[in-house]
Amino acid sequence: MNNLFLLLLLPVVGAIVLAFTKSSSVARWIALVFSLIQIVLTVPLVCSFVPDAGIQFEQSLEWIKELNIRFHIGVDGISLPLILLTNGLMPLIVLSTFRNDYKHSFYALASFMQSGLLMVFAALDAFTFYVGWEIALIPIYFICALWGEGDRIRVNLKFFVYTFFGSLLMLIAIIYLSQQTPSKDFEWTSFMALELSEYAQRALFWAFFIAFAIKIPIFPFHTWQPDTYTYAPTPGTMLLAGIMLKMGTYALIRWLIPVIPFGTQVYAPIALVLCIIGIVYASIIAFKQYESKTLVAYSSIAHVGLISAGIFAWNQEGLQGALLQMINHGITVVGLFYVLDIIKSRTGTNNLNDLGGLAAAMPKTATLFAIILLAAVGLPLTNGFVGEFLLLKSLYSLHLWYVVFAGLTLIFGAVYMLRLFQKTMLGPVNPSYAAVKDVSGVELLVLVIISILILVIGIKP
Amino acid sequence: MMELIWLIPLIPLFGFIINGLGQQTFSKSVIGWIGCGTVLSSFVLSLILFFQVQQQRALGEEASSVYHLFDWITVGSLNLGFSFLVDPLSALMLLIITGIGFLIHLYSCGYMASDESFGRFFSYLNLFIFFMLLLVMGSNYLIMFIGWEGVGLCSYLLIGFWYKNTSYANAAKKAFVMNRIGDLGFLIAMFVLIAVFGTLEYKEVFAKASQFPMGDATLLLITLLLFVAATGKSAQIPLFTWLPDAMAGPTPVSALIHAATMVTAGIYMIIRSNILFTLSPLTLQIIAAIGVATALIAAFIAMTQNDIKKVLAYSTVSQLGYMFLGLGVGAFTAAFFHVLTHAFFKALLFLGAGSVIHAMHHEQDMRKMGGLKKYLPITFMTMLIGTVAIAGIPPLSGFFSKDEILAFAFAQSPLLWGLGFVGALFTAFYMFRMLYITFYGDFRGTTEQEQHLHESPMVMTLPLIVLAVLSLIGGIINLPSVLGGGQWLANFLSPIYEYSVSRASEVHLEHSTEYILMAASAIAAIIMAILAYQKYVKKQDLPQEDGAQQGSLHKLSYHKLYIDEIYDALVVKPLNGLSKVLYKAIDKGLIDAIVNGVGDIIHASGRGIRQLQSGYVGFYIIMMVLGVAAIVLYGILNM
Amino acid sequence: MDTIVQHIQGVPLNHYLIFCSVIFAIGVIGVLIRRNVIIIMMSIELMLNAVNLLLAAFSAYWGDANGQVFVFFIMALAAAEVAVGLSIVIMVYRNTKSVDIESLNKLRW
Repeated sequence: MNNLFLLLLLPVVGAIVLAFTKSSSVARWIALVFSLIQIVLTVPLVCSFVPDAGIQFEQSLEWIKELNIRFHIGVDGISLPLILLTNGLMPLIVLSTFRNDYKHSFYALASFMQSGLLMVFAALDAFTFYVGWEIALIPIYFICALWGEGDRIRVNLKFFVYTFFGSLLMLIAIIYLSQQTPSKDFEWTSFMALELSEYAQRALFWAFFIAFAIKIPIFPFHTWQPDTYTYAPTPGTMLLAGIMLKMGTYALIRWLIPVIPFGTQVYAPIALVLCIIGIVYASIIAFKQYESKTLVAYSSIAHVGLISAGIFAWNQEGLQGALLQMINHGITVVGLFYVLDIIKSRTGTNNLNDLGGLAAAMPKTATLFAIILLAAVGLPLTNGFVGEFLLLKSLYSLHLWYVVFAGLTLIFGAVYMLRLFQKTMLGPVNPSYAAVKDVSGVELLVLVIISILILVIGIKP
Repeated sequence: MMELIWLIPLIPLFGFIINGLGQQTFSKSVIGWIGCGTVLSSFVLSLILFFQVQQQRALGEEASSVYHLFDWITVGSLNLGFSFLVDPLSALMLLIITGIGFLIHLYSCGYMASDESFGRFFSYLNLFIFFMLLLVMGSNYLIMFIGWEGVGLCSYLLIGFWYKNTSYANAAKKAFVMNRIGDLGFLIAMFVLIAVFGTLEYKEVFAKASQFPMGDATLLLITLLLFVAATGKSAQIPLFTWLPDAMAGPTPVSALIHAATMVTAGIYMIIRSNILFTLSPLTLQIIAAIGVATALIAAFIAMTQNDIKKVLAYSTVSQLGYMFLGLGVGAFTAAFFHVLTHAFFKALLFLGAGSVIHAMHHEQDMRKMGGLKKYLPITFMTMLIGTVAIAGIPPLSGFFSKDEILAFAFAQSPLLWGLGFVGALFTAFYMFRMLYITFYGDFRGTTEQEQHLHESPMVMTLPLIVLAVLSLIGGIINLPSVLGGGQWLANFLSPIYEYSVSRASEVHLEHSTEYILMAASAIAAIIMAILAYQKYVKKQDLPQEDGAQQGSLHKLSYHKLYIDEIYDALVVKPLNGLSKVLYKAIDKGLIDAIVNGVGDIIHASGRGIRQLQSGYVGFYIIMMVLGVAAIVLYGILNM
Repeated sequence: MDTIVQHIQGVPLNHYLIFCSVIFAIGVIGVLIRRNVIIIMMSIELMLNAVNLLLAAFSAYWGDANGQVFVFFIMALAAAEVAVGLSIVIMVYRNTKSVDIESLNKLRW
């Protein structure tokens, strides 16, 4: 039994165990233990990984013989960081829930989702990929719909149907591709070997692009995202923004661009422009948001817009920067949402107009928040800088104006992030929040881990 | 020694970490010792380093060496290392930063003694020193950029140090964002540099650049972008409005960051890349124009300000404008000379102002002061020296550096000189105005304030005295040859310009012309001082309350030419408005409406179609019969 | 056997067709315009028998027994249908005190 397969299996086992755990206080510990075992299992994978050696730890099982579908997984330099990110963030997310009282089924769903995410990142068979894609979607729907707040049912229905619409486009594209292969299979390698007609490539590009663009989300397919982030429970938002978004960007690198080179070549400028519009557009919208989670949601659109732009630039800096930035964005955004959650738990609101002056009562939170925020702004010596630098550089090699507009994110990012910081932490002390407690225990642990990760990656990427 | 230069920035970083973590637990004296001690040890190391460089220079060597620490970003053929460069320019900058930095740390021990966030303050200051050292020590543009952004961050943190005040926090944000605009220019400039030269290392870039023809278009682009960066950091038109607002920070911060060190980073950067700029005469002309315009406008505004720190802030902007004028006319050494002397006397003036504010219990309005001469004798004396120095009265340091810039400007174009000269007149006037209003006449504050007036403690006056001495004699390091000086600074820095010298046109002025220029500005400065004396001491023509009627010119100056309002109307408001429009109209109103619309259409069509499900069996049967009939008909027709 | 076939063949096929069509049409119209459920069911029966007759006629003309097999099927089916249908009608009558088809309009959105 290979390690990688075990990695995919374990969360499912965890989910089953958790589903039958009655007490929620036991469940959270079980979830933590499982997620920690998961990290431990990841370590040998990372250690024995040979850089620049193509796909490793391959594993191919027969699945549905009649359709030539195989359960084919493997890891290479692109998927390894994302597997690491998934497994690394999971304990943090589980830890972040310790303060709240979530039911055992919550942890079961999260654990199940983890398995789906890993499946997406490790899949080398389009069908496996697709199944993982959907497995990841369903638990998060329930997490958001059951534990969310506000108008959660409607918002989540929209999220689900929207992304599912994209998935179906992708499914059609995958089935078409498999029909083109000589042996009618779904293997990544045989997709890569296809010589598709120009016309087919054009159509397939859009099918894949829309599917991934919805997930990422790239402007103008983003409208599900702010509402979903805002109304989801914070751990759900972390799962969505921290890890699930990366499915889309990863899929761009793994499937869209290599399989459909000509279509990409033709339409990449359009995609790039959309990404860059998204960056500027989302940043400007973030200026005036008063709901802090919505603000971070829009900032997230801007950030992933830059990542996708780097991917579509399709050069070495772009790819490296995108990979690095995917990790960074995962870490940073989880940290940001966690801080917002902490603030909400203390003050009962995330509305920026009601907050202010919290730094006096919560100096530790303020400091750690500042570090995370600066990473989001991309300050040198935090993790955000190197990624952003590489991404912008990759855009420069295409055209000067791309950088100028994408680079506006530097300025706009500073504007809205500092506004967020100022409206929450700075300013006159609001008397009703003067006595709120600072972070402690588990909360401190999570934030410190995140801050350390930010600085370490920033100094030595 | 040379192997240990990485310690110079590292020690303040340690200070930052220790003070940052221990700010709650350590006592104030421990924090003070750590804060000052780390900077002092960096200063000692810098001093040793400086003397080594000096020795090498005396032997006629180039005295520049690179110390590679580790590789940082490696992508493909591009390898950006973390490495330091030691040469005459960076050695001198190190001295300024750690030296003045140390004095200001010392001063802060007294100034901030009663502040509850003492530890936080010192950790930020140390962090600033760390980033500033990175900025000047880096051997490539990337390291400079790290420092560049880092000092911006520290500036943000320190301006907003008293974060409970909303307007302070706003000022901090404004400073950071305006700096970021410049940073974007820097970043893009780096990309162009990589694309053109394939590296960011100074040595390689400059060596390759020197092969380029004069007025090359790519170099023009690079230099313009770098200049944008410099306008952000060094507060030039159009990005200068953050600096006066930055006075919201504690006064030692204004002295250290917003007068002596950080704001001169732009000038340092341009001097560092002098070859690029020399090869783009157009950029130089733009720099000169913007420099002189900034110098004039800021001086004009400073004439009517009533906040003691605002006067100094605008004076800083104005002096920075002079430095850029110097750069623009190719007088790199003169500009650097002015950086040096300005660091002395402006830090002195700020610290002196801080001492006054300290004595007045955080009152900054000069109209409430007056007659402080007898209460604060040391502060007064040192401030007087600073004022004389900045006004350009010989033989204090400011005279030499400013005159050198003006002389170069004259050689380039008498018009530039004329404008610069007018600015210098303004400078002398407003500085003496500030001095007279503050220290002469009768005390105008409350009696309670008067009872508490006191000279500042030793830790605060000592830095004042040291800086006053430096302002007094600082001029000798680059005494012009016409006055029998050896131009030590110019010789010391000459390796920096090795590529530019051959490319730049030789500037030469007759000795007699130089004498006339010097005499003119010296006499004019003295006349302005006397005029100010007449107006503010003899006639007691003090500035009026805010509501009073004023002449239109006066009003224009007092309201800072309405530049903040213009920016607000032209940039901030439209962007905010756009934000709302994009959110409400485009995002919710258009894109989301389309998405929801698709759902709604399906929903609505379902609603429409289900009308057929009327529940009447008869209706169903009719439909069925019609359907069968239709099928049969179709079959018959197709037979 | 022969005699039955000959008897049936004694009438021209066209006549069967026309006759069955008329009966069928009467059935259809009955279903469409009558509101009494019982009469509707009788009309349905009429249609079924029209088809049965036609099947028998064709079966005789072509000499193919399949048609007659179908007739038996249909008769069995019609019997079952009537059994179920009438029991439904009785239930409806118990509930609504009427056998008017318009009263059965609850099965809608």
